[in-house]
Amino acid sequence: MSVPGTTAGRRSLPPARRGGADGGRRTVPNLLALVFAVTAGFPLYWMVNTAFKPARDALAPEPKFLPAAPTLENFRDALEVGDFWGSVGRSATVAGATVGIGLVVGLLAAVAVSRFAFRGRRAVIVAVLAVQMVPLVAMIIPVFLLLNEIGQVDRITGLVLTYLTFVLPFTVWTLRGFIVNIPKELEEAAMVDGCTRTGAFLRVVLPLLAPGLVATSIYALVQAWNEYLYAMLIMSQDNQTATVWLGNFVTSRGTDYAPMMAGSTLMALPVVVFFLIVQRKVAAGLTSGAVKG
Amino acid sequence: MSAADTSIARAPAGRPSPAPGPDPGKAPPGKPHGGGRGRGPRRDPAWAPWLLLAPTLLVLALVLGYPLVRLLVISFRQYGQAELWQGLPGDWQGLANYTHILTDGAFWSVVLRTLLFTLAAVTLTMTVGMAVALLLQRVSTWVKVLVNIVLVASWSMPVVVAITVFKWMFDSDYGVLNWLFSRIPGVDLEGHNWFTDSTQGLAVIVLLVVWGAVPFVAITLHAGLTQVPKELEEAARLDGAGPVKVFRHVTVPVLKPVIVMLTTLSVIWDMGVFPQVFLMRDGHPEPEYQVLTTYSYDQAFVVNDYDAGAAIAVVTVLLLLGVMAVYMRQMLKIGEVE
Repeated sequence: MSVPGTTAGRRSLPPARRGGADGGRRTVPNLLALVFAVTAGFPLYWMVNTAFKPARDALAPEPKFLPAAPTLENFRDALEVGDFWGSVGRSATVAGATVGIGLVVGLLAAVAVSRFAFRGRRAVIVAVLAVQMVPLVAMIIPVFLLLNEIGQVDRITGLVLTYLTFVLPFTVWTLRGFIVNIPKELEEAAMVDGCTRTGAFLRVVLPLLAPGLVATSIYALVQAWNEYLYAMLIMSQDNQTATVWLGNFVTSRGTDYAPMMAGSTLMALPVVVFFLIVQRKVAAGLTSGAVKG
Repeated sequence: MSAADTSIARAPAGRPSPAPGPDPGKAPPGKPHGGGRGRGPRRDPAWAPWLLLAPTLLVLALVLGYPLVRLLVISFRQYGQAELWQGLPGDWQGLANYTHILTDGAFWSVVLRTLLFTLAAVTLTMTVGMAVALLLQRVSTWVKVLVNIVLVASWSMPVVVAITVFKWMFDSDYGVLNWLFSRIPGVDLEGHNWFTDSTQGLAVIVLLVVWGAVPFVAITLHAGLTQVPKELEEAARLDGAGPVKVFRHVTVPVLKPVIVMLTTLSVIWDMGVFPQVFLMRDGHPEPEYQVLTTYSYDQAFVVNDYDAGAAIAVVTVLLLLGVMAVYMRQMLKIGEVE
């Protein structure tokens, strides 16, 4: 407001940004952020830490924060519990099939709503958004009855069909966001040069869309891999998926926490690694537009 | 306006045939690509987009649309184990299921619990998420990288894994947190069972939900913050606004679409929490732990009272409808800008 105040503010700014003062300005936020990182990262650290401990140490009255004698014993035990490889295989099959089908089918729909003008386009977009909002938990009863009637209970195909209901809307919405951001002029230029519409799409848009496709599919893969409720309800004991398999460590005699943490580590590892790779793109895709306001 | 003008000006040049009438009307004004869009429907047969949409719509109609209708129908019928195994439609009983649950005191305490749970989880998630996003703007690069790794790693943790880890950390006898808290002078939590008292137990579950939800919120808000024009904040600061005022009157208004989107999404997600409660209580949540989702599940698959479960699920969706409407409006507004 007042001119002197403004100039004073201006003058004091540059020195504050330089040299030692800079470190001072960042000390408090840095410390706070570190406290947050340690707190939020602790569950992860504690999972891995327990997984590598001898079972006896895991139950020691004084918890050890660094593994004194790291061991793979828990991992060996975890693999013995139930049908680990079978459940992982089923989870991978379900996730892979869901994402494969979801991506192809969803891409077609995303192209339709982002590159075509047609009556009812807005209604379709609203429908896709609305469908995404329906809490799947509320749908377990009728979905279970439906699968029961078409003989898909305890079948991998039934689970894939169910997972498509949450993967598809998400895929359509996210891919739509990516496609909208690819300038239409590129396609038009290709069409002027003699490409058909399909040709222009395959040669121009699809390559540009590749990062979006990878990000979307990995996000969907993780969602399908992590799903618990439907897997628990639809699949029988013999056809467990990985998330349900983890429940096998809880017995009537108590819970074997050390091997359970080893099993948890095995389950979380691929997902965490995948996510670290694509996180930026997914976050951007999920909120594309939102950020641009 | 200018974009619309060019689309009209360009369209007739692109194609000699007349009747440009409906096109400018159909292409919403102000669309930057109006020209291309105007040409689209001319080249493509009207059924082309529907052909592309068909598989998606088919799957959604089969596995989502039909069950949704079915859910409504069952909620008005008598549907138990007999109907399930004999494939009977069940007797129509009007609003009986609804009057039954709505006059049940247990149901209302479940509703209240769910709402309080959601309120606590969403408030905490948004507050912590915003704090972390603001912090990320002010920290050194290496701290930022570290925090980002932690955020992404905890974001991607399978919910089921997170639940088991939290159960292990809060274990009454061997849990590390009881030990850690007991190091604080005057606190003795050795052997403390966090789940005997449902308020404490639900607090632990809220913590677990918030822990899993903060990363997405923080990452998205941080991305949004980078879009807030520096000049705006600078100008406000020069006008004498303190950090709090700058945040309230500059940052928040600019971020509002993102904040609305995240808040509504969080409400929808947190009200739909299932495995967190279900597995934390070993698959048999006590009455004082039941939320709408587990309650509906219990009525259907434990008590075999599918109609009551369906009615509860319908009520859950109805409760969420308002929130969903806000979210959709926001998302469509954003879509309009594109």
